[in-house]
Amino acid sequence: MNFETYRSVLTRRSFLDRCAAGIGTIGLAQLMAADGLTVATPTAPEGAGRPHFAPRAKNLIFLFMAGAPSQMDLFDPKPGLRRWHGEPLPPSMTSDLKLAFIKPTAKVLASPREFSRCGQSGMEISDYLPNLQRQADDICMIRSMQTDQVNHHPGQSMLMSGSPLAGRPTMGAWLTYGLGSESQSLPGFVVLSSGRGASGGSSNFSSGFLPSTFAGVPFRGSGDPILYLSNPSGVSRESQRLTLETLRRLNDEKLRDSGDAEVASRMANYELAFRMQSAAPELLDFSDESKSTRDSYGIGQEPTNAYGTNCLMARRMVERGVRVVMLIHASWDDHTNLDEGLKKNCDITDKPAAALVADLKQRGMLDETLVVWGGEFGRTSLGQLKHVGDKVGRDHHPNGFSMWLAGGGTKGGHVVGSTDELALKAVENPVHVHDLQATILHLMGLDHERLTYRHMGRDFRLTDVSGRIVDDILA
Amino acid sequence: MICFPNLFGDCRTIGRRAMRLLGLLQRRTRAASGVRVPSIQVSARIGLDRSQGVRENTLMRRPALVLGALSVSWICPAQAEVSFAEQVQPLLRQHCVICHGEALQQNGLRLDGSEAAMRGGNSGPAIEPGNAAGSLLFKRLQGSEGLQQMPPGRSLAPAEIETFRAWIDAGAEWEARSETSDGTADPGHWAFRPVRRPPVPAVVGTHWVRNPIDSFVLARLEREGIAPSPQASDQVLARRVFLDTTGLPPDPGQVVTTADYDALVDRLLESEHFGERWASAWLDQVRYADSDGYEKDSVRPHAWRYRHWVIDAINSDMPFDRFTRDQIAGDLVPGGTTEERVATGFYRNTLKNREGGVNVEEFRFEEALDRTNTVGTVWLGLSVECARCHDHKYDPITQKDYYRLFSFFNALDEIDIDAPLPGEIGPFLRSKPHFDRKLEDIYARYDVPRLMGPWTEKMLWASENPGVEHEWDTTWDILALYLDDGQRILRTPPSERDWREDLALTEWFLRNYSRVTSKEDYEATGFKDAVKEVHTLIDGFPDVSRARAIQPYAGGRQSHVHPDGKWDETAEEVASATPAVLPSIESSGAEPDRLDLARWLVSRENPLTARVTVNRIWQEYFGTGLVATSDNFGLRGEAPSHPELLDWLAAEFIDSGWRMKHVHRLIATSATYRQSSVPRDDLRDRDPSNRLLARQVRLRLPAETLRDSALAVSGLLDPKVGGPSVRPYQPEGVTDLSYGSSVKWSESAGSDRYRRGVYIHFQRSTPYPFLANFDLQERNVAECSRGRSNTPLQALNLLNDPVFFEMAQGLAFRVLAEMPSQSFDRRLDRAFSLCLARGPSESERGTMLDYFVRQRALLEQDEESARAWFPFETEGIPERSDPTVAAGWVGISRILLNMDEFITRE
Repeated sequence: MNFETYRSVLTRRSFLDRCAAGIGTIGLAQLMAADGLTVATPTAPEGAGRPHFAPRAKNLIFLFMAGAPSQMDLFDPKPGLRRWHGEPLPPSMTSDLKLAFIKPTAKVLASPREFSRCGQSGMEISDYLPNLQRQADDICMIRSMQTDQVNHHPGQSMLMSGSPLAGRPTMGAWLTYGLGSESQSLPGFVVLSSGRGASGGSSNFSSGFLPSTFAGVPFRGSGDPILYLSNPSGVSRESQRLTLETLRRLNDEKLRDSGDAEVASRMANYELAFRMQSAAPELLDFSDESKSTRDSYGIGQEPTNAYGTNCLMARRMVERGVRVVMLIHASWDDHTNLDEGLKKNCDITDKPAAALVADLKQRGMLDETLVVWGGEFGRTSLGQLKHVGDKVGRDHHPNGFSMWLAGGGTKGGHVVGSTDELALKAVENPVHVHDLQATILHLMGLDHERLTYRHMGRDFRLTDVSGRIVDDILA
Repeated sequence: MICFPNLFGDCRTIGRRAMRLLGLLQRRTRAASGVRVPSIQVSARIGLDRSQGVRENTLMRRPALVLGALSVSWICPAQAEVSFAEQVQPLLRQHCVICHGEALQQNGLRLDGSEAAMRGGNSGPAIEPGNAAGSLLFKRLQGSEGLQQMPPGRSLAPAEIETFRAWIDAGAEWEARSETSDGTADPGHWAFRPVRRPPVPAVVGTHWVRNPIDSFVLARLEREGIAPSPQASDQVLARRVFLDTTGLPPDPGQVVTTADYDALVDRLLESEHFGERWASAWLDQVRYADSDGYEKDSVRPHAWRYRHWVIDAINSDMPFDRFTRDQIAGDLVPGGTTEERVATGFYRNTLKNREGGVNVEEFRFEEALDRTNTVGTVWLGLSVECARCHDHKYDPITQKDYYRLFSFFNALDEIDIDAPLPGEIGPFLRSKPHFDRKLEDIYARYDVPRLMGPWTEKMLWASENPGVEHEWDTTWDILALYLDDGQRILRTPPSERDWREDLALTEWFLRNYSRVTSKEDYEATGFKDAVKEVHTLIDGFPDVSRARAIQPYAGGRQSHVHPDGKWDETAEEVASATPAVLPSIESSGAEPDRLDLARWLVSRENPLTARVTVNRIWQEYFGTGLVATSDNFGLRGEAPSHPELLDWLAAEFIDSGWRMKHVHRLIATSATYRQSSVPRDDLRDRDPSNRLLARQVRLRLPAETLRDSALAVSGLLDPKVGGPSVRPYQPEGVTDLSYGSSVKWSESAGSDRYRRGVYIHFQRSTPYPFLANFDLQERNVAECSRGRSNTPLQALNLLNDPVFFEMAQGLAFRVLAEMPSQSFDRRLDRAFSLCLARGPSESERGTMLDYFVRQRALLEQDEESARAWFPFETEGIPERSDPTVAAGWVGISRILLNMDEFITRE
């Protein structure tokens, strides 16, 4: 390849528009290598994939707890509810509630859980989360989260894309667009699932109107970890290599004849695909992890095996330069039988999530890895009875709920904001999901007002027209 | 500061691009010399300052030198060009007009219109054009000379104040956006001016011109001193025009010569596959899908009937004015036909939120907004939705304008109708009595009436006594969500219900009775079995096709402005009307209705519809529209590269009676279209984005075309046109990420697996992976142009997807079957000709032969794999005893289907 061809890559708008992801970087690196140039391991591509200022966190692991976990049973103790237990609240107190299913006359449900003061910080955490209790000093608890939406799909969309309506790019897509990826053999934004899909479906990791390169790539629980990763049946690695080599020779001829840099980019992508074919299975091979590490995540044990595997995989991905890993666990939507449902989900996720934080810390990775734990909204302090004979549950609650963050420049052992004594709404330092998004971008070196993409004549951003950085979260 | 003609887009884009270039240059330089180029700050500044422009080509030619020059230029005082509409007006609107606008005129000053702003306020003129330092406005923004700084308490950023300085110094042009006191705007923006047919320009190179398109293109090229490219080779041109018009590759051996090219285009435009290819482009815009979207993402079993209509309409060259009328107001056409009502399925493509607990009215409102936005984008090329919460920041569309437009769509009722296709009515009528008897029988056996009567009563009671019995409240609420019109049907006495309504409600009752009864009691009813029996009965019943349509909401509905776009807050009442900046609408009654709207959209006076539509056709043939921002013709859109050509085409479109095929024919037969797509050295610097059209472009095929091409060459394609959606193979687990993993994908049987991509069932929450990998968006909002990404996931998809491997097997089978006793060379010729419409070059032949030999050698040690590669029996092939031969052809086929040239139309 000559310099002219190489240059035309750079002048082609369609290419440059997509250049911010790692894929673009690698494409260029390949082109440069093909041009006889040695390049240092490409990090973020210049220009698009570059933070606005020095980042605190380089990678994000979002432990997405879809369906809305109950904050007053896990993170935000409300002894004040006991006095009202089994009684409806006066109408004056419930007038601001946004409810999905129940009526404001529903009866108060005090939490049956016990909270303990944990660690040096004395942060109060529920007995359903014994492992997280031991990590209390590493996490930053936000008890004053707020969102505008009271239903799952719009709520998840709001949390992930900043808008209740489908069609906008999600946080992971914005981050890979803004920062690129450091991985040469894996996608920049990967999605892992416990098996059950969330209400938002693929719109939780969509690239929206950003180029599809930035969409989250689902790693699958069964079959190929990435769709179409393995060769068709009967095709050996040698045959695949031979096929790609032949393809490269043919495409190279086309590149020479056409001078179209898109051909070079395609060739680079076939090479990358081939590398992914070995890199992705290597990710899943935990044989180089010690037994104590695997045990700490609950791998090989139930009910933690699946989620533990995902958490460990997330750490391994971050080690290999994947920018954003999203773990979807669904569903915490306990309209009925709350106490048992909660126990089940906590038993699945508590140990792996706590182990992830501890493991990252022990490896010195927590400083540069931001971990976020939370769902699209919280749950009501009023109980819900859905069916005849049901055990009680809780309805959706957007006015005040909890999420926690760890590492990546956040303040450990710290509680941000509070809700009133009946958990009706955030009263102190309310943190809207747009504020959380602005803060996450800030921690990752991006100014949420400057990370924009023009679509239909408007410069869109993750935080729409609002969002403030929550200083109280920052270390 | 250097300012260059804005050939490459706005300054900011250039800045961003230049920043990347600089970074790369640094790396190159570093790598080559080991010396670090100290210019990071420079590049960073380029990226951040939107008012600066840098010519990238100059940069590229003399890297080191230009970096130096650039640094110097930075020191010079900047005289940046400031766009009033893009930079100044948004600031005024955001920060100033709240106190100096229509509602409030602090100190007598208004800044929401040119006239008033120039007049100034109680302190005299605020703006002195050409003299920022002497302008009161600027001093106030700075807070200089002891004046109170504006806006009070939150002064503008220094860069924003600089923007005002530059704008005032440059003459304080209010541009075309001057708004008069009554809020109407001067339609000075090019896209708002009426379409006038421009004269076809005279050119020197008349021999090149095949139709007026070429005159417009050549006139510009001659001005620039650039010659057009030679015509593409016959083979390239044949493949191009087949793929562009029908989405299918040329028949093998199809030779196209210049002499019969025009006749070929005519034939292709008459092909029934033309409508399939072009329906895709329309379906993107109207966000067609086979499911509801949102959490439940329920399947829409009748959605395909609208797609069927679109394909038919395009194939029959339905004039675009009628195409518009039927979709916008087919239900209002006097004496309207079923097909006209089917067209209103356009509205039903909007997402539907059936999630438990949602507020029905809130999402009805969202649907009406979505329809407003879609009409704005599809027909007008305007982002009207920006005016949902406030006046549009860039375009002259007020919030009131927006809700007036919204008012057309605020009173629609959704209704599913019988829309039989030919041949369906007879069997339906013959089977119906039997169906009714069987249904009655099921109801009787499960004692349905005895339980359903009291249930109905209690539901009605719960609807009037909310908050007493929660499970009944919930059941009543979700009836509205899960069953279209469920509450209305329940309120209708059984004897007055339509048979379908009664069936739907009864079926819903059978499934949902469990919500208000104990598990044991529900089990005892046996309703689970009853549901199965009902479903079996329905599945076996030769029902007529149904369609999703709309009709006017009988009650009517008063529309309002909604402050901040909130569904539950209303301000002043508004009546249906079109944006004030555009020509006024003629009303047939007291208030214009959707028929009037449809007429207005395609009226000769409407400056947008024709331009927007021809531009979108153009972009499919050239990769980019004459207006590159085909989704936005507003002030933030890009100006057309060839304004006269755009207007000529728009006028021609209208004058032809809105015939789309006429526009297709003009484009596809033009010399401009026929040019070679090979990039030219002399154009790389001058026209890197090919805006001057001195050549064609290579374009990666759209997802459907890629699939269809591979299916066609492999001989697997089932070319049946129209009908319900199909579900080809997809790996297990793809639907796991749908809500509760509830989406079911049951693979279609037989040749339905090999139908064209346009028929693939589109499930919004878990789209078919191949389509998503190749840039089909989620169809949640109007999409006016597809991306053309180039990713490793695409490589994996084409290499390893069993569907594509099967196509490679099919192609190998076809080559061997068609040429049973031929040499390698003859077979290779055939395979190349099928896939690429040309034979292999000598070096390609060598490469493929080399591969064939080595691949066979690899498989010789592994006969089992060789058989897996080619599991078919072929008669009459001499080498059939050696499975590696056939396997080798599968390998060659697989390579062919992955070649860049196959994936690309040149």
